[in-house]
Amino acid sequence: MTCIPAATERSLGLVIDLDTCVGCQACVTSCKEWNTGGHMAPLTDMKPYGGGVDGVWFNRVHTLEHITDAGGRTVHFPRSCLHCAQPACVSVCPTGASYKRTSDGIVLVDEDKCIGCKLCSWACPYGAREFDVDVGVMKKCTLCVDRIYNEHLSVEDRVPACVAACPTGARHFGDLGDPNSAASILVEERGGVALMPELGYEPTNRYLPPRARSERAPKVAAAALEDAAPQGGFLGWVDRLLAR
Amino acid sequence: MSMRQVRGANSAPSQQPLLSPHAPEEGDGVDTSPAIGDRVAKTTCYMCACRCGIEVHVRDGKIRYINGNKDHPVNRGVLCGKGSAGIMQHYSPARLRKPLLRTGPRGAGEFREIEWDEALSIVTERLGRIRATDPKKLAFFTGRDQSQSLTGWWAARFGTPNFAAHGGFCSVNMATAGLYTVGGAFWEFGEPDWERAKYFMLFGVAEDHDSNPIKIGLGKLKARGGKFVSINPCRTGYNAIADEWIGIRPGTDGIFVLALVHELLRAGRVDVDYLARYTNAAVLVIKAPGEADDGLFVRDDEGRVLAWDRVRQMAAPLDDPDLAPAMTGGFIVGGRSCVPVFQLLAERYLDAAYAPDAAAERCGVPADNIRRIAAELAHVAFEEAIELAVPWTDMAGRRHETMRGRPVAMHAMRGISAHSNGFQTCRAIHLLQVLLGTVDVPGGWRYKPPFPKPPPPGPKPAGKDGGKPDTPLSGMPLGFVHAPEDLLVDGDGRPVRIDKAYSWEAPLASHGMMHTVIRNAWAGDPYRIDTLMMYMANMAWNSSMNTDETMKMLTDTDEAGDYRIPFFIYADAYYSETVAFADLVLPDTTYLERHDCISLLDRPISHADGPGDAIRHPVVQPDRDVRPFQSVLIELGARLGLPGFVTEDGSAKYRDYADYIVNHERTPGIGPLAGWRGESGGDIGRGQPNPSQLDRYIANGGFWHHKLDPDQRFYKMANPAYLEFAQQMGFVLKVEPVVFQLYSEPLQRFRLAARGHGPVQPPESERARIEAHMDPLPIWYAPFEQAMVNPAEYPLAAITQRPMHMYHSWGSQNAWLRQITSQNRLFVHHDLAAELGFADDDWVWIESVNGRVKGQVRLVEGVERNTVWTWNAIGKRRGAWALKADAAESNRGFLLNHAIGDLLPADGSGKRYSNSDPVTGQAAWFDLRVRLRRCEPCEEGFAEPSFDALPLPPSIPPAPEKLSFGAEFRRAFGR
Repeated sequence: MTCIPAATERSLGLVIDLDTCVGCQACVTSCKEWNTGGHMAPLTDMKPYGGGVDGVWFNRVHTLEHITDAGGRTVHFPRSCLHCAQPACVSVCPTGASYKRTSDGIVLVDEDKCIGCKLCSWACPYGAREFDVDVGVMKKCTLCVDRIYNEHLSVEDRVPACVAACPTGARHFGDLGDPNSAASILVEERGGVALMPELGYEPTNRYLPPRARSERAPKVAAAALEDAAPQGGFLGWVDRLLAR
Repeated sequence: MSMRQVRGANSAPSQQPLLSPHAPEEGDGVDTSPAIGDRVAKTTCYMCACRCGIEVHVRDGKIRYINGNKDHPVNRGVLCGKGSAGIMQHYSPARLRKPLLRTGPRGAGEFREIEWDEALSIVTERLGRIRATDPKKLAFFTGRDQSQSLTGWWAARFGTPNFAAHGGFCSVNMATAGLYTVGGAFWEFGEPDWERAKYFMLFGVAEDHDSNPIKIGLGKLKARGGKFVSINPCRTGYNAIADEWIGIRPGTDGIFVLALVHELLRAGRVDVDYLARYTNAAVLVIKAPGEADDGLFVRDDEGRVLAWDRVRQMAAPLDDPDLAPAMTGGFIVGGRSCVPVFQLLAERYLDAAYAPDAAAERCGVPADNIRRIAAELAHVAFEEAIELAVPWTDMAGRRHETMRGRPVAMHAMRGISAHSNGFQTCRAIHLLQVLLGTVDVPGGWRYKPPFPKPPPPGPKPAGKDGGKPDTPLSGMPLGFVHAPEDLLVDGDGRPVRIDKAYSWEAPLASHGMMHTVIRNAWAGDPYRIDTLMMYMANMAWNSSMNTDETMKMLTDTDEAGDYRIPFFIYADAYYSETVAFADLVLPDTTYLERHDCISLLDRPISHADGPGDAIRHPVVQPDRDVRPFQSVLIELGARLGLPGFVTEDGSAKYRDYADYIVNHERTPGIGPLAGWRGESGGDIGRGQPNPSQLDRYIANGGFWHHKLDPDQRFYKMANPAYLEFAQQMGFVLKVEPVVFQLYSEPLQRFRLAARGHGPVQPPESERARIEAHMDPLPIWYAPFEQAMVNPAEYPLAAITQRPMHMYHSWGSQNAWLRQITSQNRLFVHHDLAAELGFADDDWVWIESVNGRVKGQVRLVEGVERNTVWTWNAIGKRRGAWALKADAAESNRGFLLNHAIGDLLPADGSGKRYSNSDPVTGQAAWFDLRVRLRRCEPCEEGFAEPSFDALPLPPSIPPAPEKLSFGAEFRRAFGR
């Protein structure tokens, strides 16, 4: 049983725009690429060139179809740790390996304390935990804790790898505990939602929903096309137009 | 908050670093500032054809991380799923390690390693003999490389007309239709105005044409509230986020577009002034049925095309600045009856055959939707026009206080291109753009310099004489024909080229026809060759139609027991399926180990706001005995003594590709790279070679980009401020307007030949086909295979889509990318599945007139009901790409190519034409018709067809059972 801080100074997290995610996997592989040499390195891949290949990924994109009476929609849904305010993965951890940072709210795993019992992966309802069978420890999204404060990077590059890479600009980052942060303002403007809030884990990350179909087709106030010259014929009309 | 420099595409406030991006006091021992690499190299990505700028972080000689270059005009800092997995491509276990010489039967994959000197001696001896006797006996075809200005020049210097790159099986329909119509083309030579478009139509686009610019653009467009309409049978990728998805039937986009044209004409919602100024809509066309000049333009004694002046009541040159053109009517000029192009155009498309109700039956888009979309297009183009406060003067001397924009943009690619009606369909889309006045205007579709160029383009293809011993061609092997006289056919009308490009079967085959080479060489039709040399094209697998038979043709022997294709040289960096079929394998480097140039002479990285080009340079040195193919080609050129590759004393003119990039001049002052020319590096476009040029590129991030002045950025087709710059840069020969060819006179010249006029005549058997398809105004006809097979027997269309995280067959050797997709499914609409009684995961036979393939289905809603599709090139041959025998790719994944014919069914005369567009020769991949049948229980669980496993070549170790990539970087920091 590991304690969760009553409050954190900041609540860092991601904001993901499902209206513009095209499912290109850029966030998935840029995350893998950064993190396999980063704080939780390596992100081991078992049978990487064979059947049953199975690797550690901190971020995965699922493609789903949502079918309603109004028609279907294909949705690309990126899934990673939501850095919950009440993370069940932390509270169930028997060794204190899983913990939530009080300074920025990032949920991390201390590998030296992890015994690989997998209780956290059972507890997490979002499937955000990734067990490295080779090393025998649980791994997960670090919110690029080794990028966002990294003094070796120019300031402009101190954002999570997935946010930097995303080609459609569908990923955002910031302090979601600060209502005045750009990320919080975006969530407010776009009606961002938390995933499965009813479970009570208070996830920090937010998803911006696809625009409803009625809104998705922006109003093009186009009147139906009328015949240009119902009496005189179209061809005469063209030259009259030119003659003006 | 201090002012921060904001660069790159992802620069919204919510994508910025924290206000105080420094580690807080947490006390948990986390190292928040590990060193990343010991150096950063800025070069160009090659994980697909998009050519993004990348920053490669290197630690102890090993690649640690790759991210996008924020300053690069293509990707502005972002990087796609492929580019971000470049490390695993660079360290692929399938990398070839040393030249290989075949030891077993061809196709068995049995080789011994040889030294480079022996390999190059074998090639030199063989090609030297060919060149001294009959150079066309060398067929040199390259794949998805980006060095065609070198490889084409090499072939020309060698003297063989038998050269092309992969465009013939990729998107030549788009390039040719664009270049002959508007003097530019989608993707490579033009792009939507992502900053200003309010309405965007995307037709049939594969993710890699164009990758990151489209993604960046869609993000911006949607953020501004623009409307995005996608036309695609499948709701994948980009189509998933469209505001309106039109699940059209494959191959019917042309009739859909022409119905939009019908609606706009009917309502008079076309930009008549724009048509008069920038197109040949007013040009007079001779009406003299049965005569030799029927359908040609009326010209004056100086050869200028004429229009009718309504005020002066006389014919006058189109470029007369005082012309008051008549767009309609009938006139007599020089005793000939004639009518303006626009009259012909309006007569054709106002016909009920092009009305939405007629189109709806073919394309499956409800007529009301077609009418609504036409109304939306007209509304945005004309009621929501935009004006940029940029004064400019057009070619006729008219001063404009603003640049008017019609914010309707379009982009189209593979889904249009890969049909046998793709050329005419692409012409139809350009016609729609032009009628709305949206080409190179703010908010529309914009040229990327060096385009536009006057249509029809030049130069013409060389090699009509078939090549002469020890003699270079008179020009480049690929070019553009304007009339039957330009075809590469002999006196009897037979093809000169092995691929039959520029013959009566494919007159405007501007990119050649790589997909026909192996069959034609095997059949000796039109003749036998000696050596086939290919680079980076997986012709024994996913790059061929009819893959099974193609493999047999590569290994077939004649009566004497000799291979019908006597010698096959293949260059590739990886152990692709095709390697096993080579007699000699030349191993290439990875993209991080080589020099390349992304040249204005070829396929540059220009932006609509200005020209650009780029390089690759070695970030790390190869740990294998491999060489960049371009440097190998340059050495072969020197060994063979090819003019241009040797100095006067016979020694090698260029040390390697890097030396060539800097010092080669195609014409005086113009070389592969446009930036930092001249001895001091102060010139752009034209200038003496600069020995420090590559250093300047490297210092600038691996690219050069010139930003046009604001008054040069639009209306480039008629904007002297731009055209004078273009002429100085060598983009155009002279400062003259680029006139859009709504009516294409070169096509009419072929029709006249088909009617018996002119000195170069088609064989009798080709006349009807030429007459039908070389229509000078865009037409729609049913794709050939659709029209030839019995729809009751083969009721479904079958196509492929490209996974966004894969580039053709390359991705499966990448440990990360293959984890995202290692088995492809056949996607089937729920309603169709219900009709056929299929459930998810059922194994089915996909049967066509050409063959059958077995795979596993997945039910979806987002697909046109009678279309089935799968991911391209996921299925692999067992053993290839260094994958293990149990890899899903070769056990459960399947390759649709086995069901796609490279030939059409026999026509009435028994002739089997290439499965290609009859105008350009473009491979018609997406015309496939199939039926589905559930397989027997005993057939479940494995894909078919299946082939013998390929053995790994010598010295390539088996791929590892585990990857702990990156652990070493962590250790390096003492953790």
